Amino acid sequence: MEQTTINSIPHIEEIHAQHGEFSGVFPQATHTFSERMLTMNKILPSIEEAIKRVGLKDGMTISFHHHFRNGDYITNMVMDVIARMGFKDLTVAASSLNDVHAPLIKHIENGVIKHIETSGMRGELADRISHGLMDFPVVFRSHGGRAAAIESGEITIDVAFLGAPSCDPYGNANGYSREQDNAASCGSLGYAKLDASHARNTIILTDHIVRFPNAPFGIPESNVTYVVKVDAIGDAQGIMSGATRFTKNPKELLIAKQAAEVIEASGYFYDGFSMQMGSGGASLATARFLREKMERNNIKCRFALGGITGQIVDMHEHGLIERILDVQSFDLIAAESLKNNRFHQQIDASYYASYINKGAAVNQLDFVVLSALEIDVNFNVNVLTGSDGVIRGAIGGHPDTADGASLAVVVAPLTRGRIPTVVKKVNTVVTPGAIIDVLVTDQGIAVNPLRPEIRERLIKAGLPIFSIEQLEERAERIVGTPQPIQYHDRIVGVVMYRDNTIIDVIRQVKDPDEF
Amino acid sequence: MEITQMGIAGTMESSDIMIRLEPKETEGIELNLSSSVMQQFGKQITRVIMDTLKELDVDKVTVTAVDKGALDCTVRARVSTAVHRAANDSNYRWRTKG
Repeated sequence: MEQTTINSIPHIEEIHAQHGEFSGVFPQATHTFSERMLTMNKILPSIEEAIKRVGLKDGMTISFHHHFRNGDYITNMVMDVIARMGFKDLTVAASSLNDVHAPLIKHIENGVIKHIETSGMRGELADRISHGLMDFPVVFRSHGGRAAAIESGEITIDVAFLGAPSCDPYGNANGYSREQDNAASCGSLGYAKLDASHARNTIILTDHIVRFPNAPFGIPESNVTYVVKVDAIGDAQGIMSGATRFTKNPKELLIAKQAAEVIEASGYFYDGFSMQMGSGGASLATARFLREKMERNNIKCRFALGGITGQIVDMHEHGLIERILDVQSFDLIAAESLKNNRFHQQIDASYYASYINKGAAVNQLDFVVLSALEIDVNFNVNVLTGSDGVIRGAIGGHPDTADGASLAVVVAPLTRGRIPTVVKKVNTVVTPGAIIDVLVTDQGIAVNPLRPEIRERLIKAGLPIFSIEQLEERAERIVGTPQPIQYHDRIVGVVMYRDNTIIDVIRQVKDPDEF
Repeated sequence: MEITQMGIAGTMESSDIMIRLEPKETEGIELNLSSSVMQQFGKQITRVIMDTLKELDVDKVTVTAVDKGALDCTVRARVSTAVHRAANDSNYRWRTKG
């Protein structure tokens, strides 16, 4: 084809023909696909090589997921390599952090990590940050808030380092493997899926490379830059337990039983309802009591959302729950179900809870059962800082589900040891009281005055209803009046609501010798 | 009461307090308290221990208290028991309500 012909095409400058004219093909690959897979693939020999290839630079943002919970090896492994390579001033945008991530402290002290974004943190890292380890305040976002920030570009992930229990040579990755039954499994990769689809570069780290195509996959190869094989991605024991322990604590069982009564009487328990059970003994146990009511009244649940446990799976397999939407699998039974049950669907963090995603699953919830470290007389909930003001928790999907659901039920004991749960004012507001509807404790139930119709229904059902002030006074009568926590002025954490507006701040705590 | 020997009461379980009393040569009460809720209730626990010792007329003693979030009633009971043991005294002055 002659040059003059191209230029004679009408509107040629507007139809993106910058690659010019056809100039022939590359030599055709003639060996088998099985042979090709071994050499022509995305696998790199080391994490270091992958970091070089993607062009990581000082000051960039990297991300990790928390599907391996306290068994995660990936974050520490990658950070050690990055530190050794001499990078500085990085932002770590993790979906959440755990006790196992204490080694990040040295990378913060050495200037490798400048800033952290996460849903929560625990253990030594959280303790040190509460005592002023970092110059930059840590930004705490809900799972939905983080998803929205990534979708909108408020968080730009330069490199996502995502551990996966199985991956093929081209990057099709999943939280389980259909090939090897002995593979470490984490079930859903919901939080990792979102990072992979928005990060500039995605590196999958896996201990099991399987044949192409690793279908079904949680992360498609089209979102993956490189694949690195590592000896181990995590400690299977820490990644998940066999089955979520069913609480034997009589206090928690009493709360769960009452919570199920509340739901039954609330007006949101009907054939075709939807629900989410938060983590925590009492909220998980609520499912068992609800199940009895479903069986007795022949009521079915259209879908269960969230962190999924074996109990939800069992109800699904007995036909009580039609669909499961799973952003995070809490135990091995849930992971197995995701692998084997057609209507147990893996979803990403945006699908789950992003406020800029109109169809987000949380917005389709009838009710959610949530736990709390503290709840105050205005129904504000704290799930992030302990009674001593130190960070020891995670926002998770708390505000996302409370906002999305028609009925948000908080379950908590009135006191934990000498620590009151129902207080005059929470240390840290994570979920605003305006979207919390009912509090169920072992010593009575309180209904948000914003929902008088719910209060009426519960009274009619004969449930023990008090004002939340009465519950607060009762707690104080039992444990006494705690002295207020002493803080420095310095802000060490910023707490964002699900729409990424700042709802509260966390200040540096004073040690007893600083009083 | 006079503290003549070591007296221990309580456990290290959650919601309990372990009290150890030892004889002391000089006048006064020496209290070493550690608590899982020190920040919030340290002063209150100290007050309850001191008040209970005073009620039992103990003024020469070394107290080691390891608290795991005990309520005031538990603190009082453990201190009182430890005093009787440390004073080798079984003359409990039971009090009943009303």
